[in-house]
Amino acid sequence: MANAIEVSNVSKEFVLRHTRSIKEAVVWLVKGRKGDLSKKFHALKDVSLMVETGETVALLGLNGSGKSTLLKHISGVMLPDSGSVYTRGRVAGLIEVGAGFHPDLSGRDNVYLNGAILGMTEKQINERFDAIVEFSEIGEFIDTEVKFYSSGMYLRLAFSVAVHTDPEVFLIDEILAVGDEPFQRKCIAKIQELAGHGKTLVVVSHDLDLVSRICARGVYLEHGNVLFDGPIDEAVARLRA
Amino acid sequence: MTTTISGELTRPGLGGGFRDLRQSSFLLKLLVRKELKVRYRGSVLGLLWSYVKPAVQFIVFYVALGVFLGLERSARNPDGLSNYAVYLFSGIVLINFFSEALGNSARSIVNNGNLIKKIYLPRELFPVASVWVSAVHFFPQLVVLVIGCVVAGWHPDAFQLLAAVGGFAIVGFLATGLGLLFGAANVYFRDSENLVDMLLMVATWASPVMYSWTMVESKLGPGFFALYQANPITVGVELFHYAFWYPTTDGSAAMPPNLFSLWLPVGMVISLVVLALGQLTFRRLEGRFAQEL
Repeated sequence: MANAIEVSNVSKEFVLRHTRSIKEAVVWLVKGRKGDLSKKFHALKDVSLMVETGETVALLGLNGSGKSTLLKHISGVMLPDSGSVYTRGRVAGLIEVGAGFHPDLSGRDNVYLNGAILGMTEKQINERFDAIVEFSEIGEFIDTEVKFYSSGMYLRLAFSVAVHTDPEVFLIDEILAVGDEPFQRKCIAKIQELAGHGKTLVVVSHDLDLVSRICARGVYLEHGNVLFDGPIDEAVARLRA
Repeated sequence: MTTTISGELTRPGLGGGFRDLRQSSFLLKLLVRKELKVRYRGSVLGLLWSYVKPAVQFIVFYVALGVFLGLERSARNPDGLSNYAVYLFSGIVLINFFSEALGNSARSIVNNGNLIKKIYLPRELFPVASVWVSAVHFFPQLVVLVIGCVVAGWHPDAFQLLAAVGGFAIVGFLATGLGLLFGAANVYFRDSENLVDMLLMVATWASPVMYSWTMVESKLGPGFFALYQANPITVGVELFHYAFWYPTTDGSAAMPPNLFSLWLPVGMVISLVVLALGQLTFRRLEGRFAQEL
């Protein structure tokens, strides 16, 4: 099988700049340049990850381990300092659903806007519009402004758009806490259906029971290093240990 | 977003510059439509504000400059500009377009930071959409201007209309280029948007919108006047005067020398160079937008 994602020796360093005003810089100089004006932070250290087409991978780890940063490199939001990232086919991210939603637009307008942001063409959105609305269970409220939606409705519609973008590689970052129990089950069923159709999934979640149901492979990250890469059950057991 | 066949490996996150805009024209259209819808939401006058604001601005300037300071030609003031109202308004609409386009595009990246941090999409879309929205808002003002011109006895020829298109293009390219430049810089230093506000204030007075270019020439002398003329906004405003104001006069007013043989190409080249520089800077800086925002 061909690789859908090739992450090779990626390192990423963040500069935690406290301030950049002239005032602070002068104070720093006057005080005899004590300390650093900026602090550096290694989010990813020489990370390599090959994901085959059709694989379902969970990125596991505690907060600040670099999971989301890695996901952002795969989606192209961030570029690596060193190393390289390659992907095959269209990548779409469910990275914090509803990021592209505008509260003052109607649900309908938001479906089009968000769909286009996620890379759908006009024709694709037209074709899938009914399916999106049906899946979201928004019904008659589709022409209401999104700011009047309940938070559940908002997330349902956003998830529904994202899940209908039909990419080859699907990135999911901690979004499965959406909606009520029945809708959550529906989302998981949909994600499993995507996986069944040979889509590549990369999931970041702290819900270990959930990821062990969806994913076959687990990658355990700590402080930007890959500690373990293998079957999901072993990865979860390691994290719990 | 690149639409590659699922056969090849691609590097995510490397934008293709303006080439991406063609592929995302649908998204661009939606972003523009969103801005237009959201702009006047919840206001009673709605889109009418696009007429009311320039109208009030025009009246204030006309009364203060045309009447009080004596720029309008009248029986007691034969040295003034004939049809000063048309002269003034044809410059104001262009400066308004420039101010709105640059002001909004310089803020567009930071304002859309939430999205840029989370989803990859061609980021040039945001400044370009801002300029586009300003062009849409420019249109009603243009309609008012044309009505004013017709009332004042406007009889343009095809060349004069072409001059207006040229002036608009020069200013549009300049605003897009500077918008990309300052929009990208604004991510790193929020000083950028304040710098833009200052530039816009200067821009209104650094081109012959309120006054006549002859006053500048007599004060500055030929050397500095050439520098003044090299400002693409000045060229744009003069082209607008040539298209809208000049055909309403008796034709005795002098146009700046070499406007078409020299300054039009100079303005166009400077605008395009700024556009290229803006695009270049933008592409160099955009890789780190997500972590700096």
